[in-house]
Amino acid sequence: MTGFQTLLYKEVLRFWKVSLQTLLAPLVSTLLYLLVFSHVMAGHTDIYPSITYAAFLVPGLVMMSMLQNAFANSSSSLVQSRVTGNLVFLLLTPLTPAEIFLGYVLASMLRGLLVGSVVCLTALSFFSLPFREPLWVAGFALLATFMSGALGVLAGLWAEKFDQMAAWQNFVILPLTFLSGAFYSLHSLPPVWAVVSRFNPFFYMTDGFRYGFLGHSDVPPLESLTIVAVTCLALSWGTMALLRCGWRLRT
Amino acid sequence: MSPAIRIQGVDKRFGSVHAVRSMDLEVNEGEFFALLGPNGAGKTTLINLLAGLSRPDAGHLFVQEFDVVRQYREARRRLGVVPQELVFDPFFTVRETLEIQSGYFGLPRNDDWIDELLMHLQLSDKAGTNMRALSGGMKRRVLVAQALVHRPPVIVLDEPTAGVDVELRQSLWKFIQKLNREGHTILLTTHYLEEVEALCERVAILKQGRLMALDTLKNLMSAHRAHRFEDVFIALMHNAGEQDVVA
Ligand SMILES: Nc1ncnc2c1ncn2[C@@H]1O[C@H](COP(=O)(O)OP(=O)(O)OP(=O)(O)O)[C@@H](O)[C@H]1O
Ligand SMILES: [Mg+2]
Repeated sequence: MTGFQTLLYKEVLRFWKVSLQTLLAPLVSTLLYLLVFSHVMAGHTDIYPSITYAAFLVPGLVMMSMLQNAFANSSSSLVQSRVTGNLVFLLLTPLTPAEIFLGYVLASMLRGLLVGSVVCLTALSFFSLPFREPLWVAGFALLATFMSGALGVLAGLWAEKFDQMAAWQNFVILPLTFLSGAFYSLHSLPPVWAVVSRFNPFFYMTDGFRYGFLGHSDVPPLESLTIVAVTCLALSWGTMALLRCGWRLRT
Repeated sequence: MSPAIRIQGVDKRFGSVHAVRSMDLEVNEGEFFALLGPNGAGKTTLINLLAGLSRPDAGHLFVQEFDVVRQYREARRRLGVVPQELVFDPFFTVRETLEIQSGYFGLPRNDDWIDELLMHLQLSDKAGTNMRALSGGMKRRVLVAQALVHRPPVIVLDEPTAGVDVELRQSLWKFIQKLNREGHTILLTTHYLEEVEALCERVAILKQGRLMALDTLKNLMSAHRAHRFEDVFIALMHNAGEQDVVA
């Protein structure tokens, strides 16, 4: 194994060893959302013609769980290593900034995708869901978990304490994922909020991901894909630049 | 022969604290060298700069002629560092910890060496134990094993014997001496001066980030007409105080 593969392996082993908390807990909470919301909203008008609210909701919730778990993985691993001090073991190695970045991001993607697929499969046993464009589904799932994992690395570099990380979770990730259109369509929002939503990159992920299932979306999927891909590139470039100059790591 | 460690005009400040001041220092290949000084003298800071854990404000540091900033990959492959702080990753067992550290250096099939390290550091029966469940002294020994796992030619030990019991301290030094005989360069810091007398040939003494002395033990003792190295150390620390008042 190369140094990069070792870091990836270590990061996967880390969440695997505590899978009750990292895989099962998010699965349970997402399924609870799904059961409650789909039941409450069952009688309401459908958002897209001939598509039930549950079918609308499932892709949004799957995306939300992927985003939250990918972020949680890289960010919590980094902040724990920093607070306990064992990050030095990584900093003493010849790994390059790109290897460190990708090691953390790929492990986060894996956790996000694992949670997402299990949520999706479980939901399918309760609700019927079309699966129109699998390539769009895969593409948005990969880009979304990548971006969220990368954002977790950035937050992990910045946060020096657990409460700073909690602030990221509560004031950035939670609002952005909740307001990403997981529960509603852009068209059902007041005009101001519809415009504001368009500045939320997570909105495009949710919308594009949902297009893959339903074949309907608020924004053309190619537009969403472009916006998400460009955001991923910019975020990767910025985070790797910070890693390269040792920002908050090599003081 | 080129030096194992070269420190050139290195300066490091933390806000108002001048932790390392225009430091010049060379450690030769194969030396057993001690970096000494009171608490806060700048020993750990200097080691962190050498390991790339910290960046100098001025100057350059080299490990076997590789610049630790510009050629960090080559430099870090050649350097093993035992950090002063007792740090560990609570997710893993002793063996996993060593396998992962080995893997970071791209050495996947390293089991024989890992077993040998565990044996020499008397950790063989703890290989499958989670890091959390080790005593302080055992954690310290895992830190030593971790620093050696990639067989670095230059080994830096920042107070490796703090909190380690007498018997193990002896066996640890025996092992480090063996590595030294096999050609590894050793740089250590410790507050136990009798260890220094027993092990080292040459020492550097720091105070407030400045190099106060750099010579062999023998020369320092005869220059100070001392019988014990401790007396030299104490004399130097007092002189340093006077110099500071003048400066
Ligand atoms: N990260 C940091 N931020 C601020 N000040 C620091 C930092 N690291 C070290 N210092 C300061 O730099 C000086 C040198 O510290 P250093 O840890 O290098 O001492 P030392 O010689 O290793 O001491 P000891 O024998 O206690 O380990 C001290 O005054 C310390 O307070
Ligand atoms: Mg120290």
